[in-house]
Amino acid sequence: MANFLFYAFALFTLATAAGVVASKNAVNAAMCLLLSLVGVAGLFVALNAYLLAFLLLLVYAGAIVALFLFIVMLLDMKETESRGFGKLSLAAIILAAGLLVTGLSTFATRGRLPVGDPALTPALGPDIKLYAYQLFTTYLLPVQVMGFLLLIAMLGVIVLSKRWEGSDDVK
Amino acid sequence: MTSATLDHYVLISALLFAIGFFGVLLRRNTLVVFMCLELMLVASTLALVAFSRFNGTMDGNVFVFFILTVAAAEVAVGLAIIVALFRKRQTIQLNELNSLKN
Repeated sequence: MANFLFYAFALFTLATAAGVVASKNAVNAAMCLLLSLVGVAGLFVALNAYLLAFLLLLVYAGAIVALFLFIVMLLDMKETESRGFGKLSLAAIILAAGLLVTGLSTFATRGRLPVGDPALTPALGPDIKLYAYQLFTTYLLPVQVMGFLLLIAMLGVIVLSKRWEGSDDVK
Repeated sequence: MTSATLDHYVLISALLFAIGFFGVLLRRNTLVVFMCLELMLVASTLALVAFSRFNGTMDGNVFVFFILTVAAAEVAVGLAIIVALFRKRQTIQLNELNSLKN
């Protein structure tokens, strides 16, 4: 059953992620991103990371995708997306595709990742105390840096979206 | 069907990263490119959670917390920049935004 869920969520995630890339309309892309995130949250549940699955849905699906949809509708751009690439970017794309295929096939054929014995490795489970203990002991300084980062991001957004006197915005 | 191992999860995460990467390369709409960047970030968090689960440590899971925070801040600032750009240039197509000056 767990395996079936893994394959179902994995296929769902990859298919909807492909939908993000393929859909012409930005609103459809945002919706596909939402579904893809739901799939990743399902994979997190399969990995016993219940809290992270919940946070992923809350932060990404609740806040980030909503923000994306808001901006897409605010900007209301034309549907025309020009096609065709220059020589240089075409070469870069082919090179990137080649590297990616090589890397993935190497990984798939001879990848042996270091894993503890699964019988001995206990599932960490949903214990929120584990997260809290780590965050407030080992990672205390990074938590505070994150607080400053969020503050700076907020101030930056305010500065960026303010209309300054004498700026030559096209109305 | 074999049981899902670490290799499976990391392969899924690599494929998700690849899809996001090609989205960044192929699309011209700045907003969609940004969404594909988010996909790449989520793919990396999936790999971290899988490593954490199969090695019985907490570090990867805690790191995902920080990635989520940075992603939220990044999206807020990035979308503000896109809106400011649109107000200035009336377009967000990447192939029309090819000069740093005016």
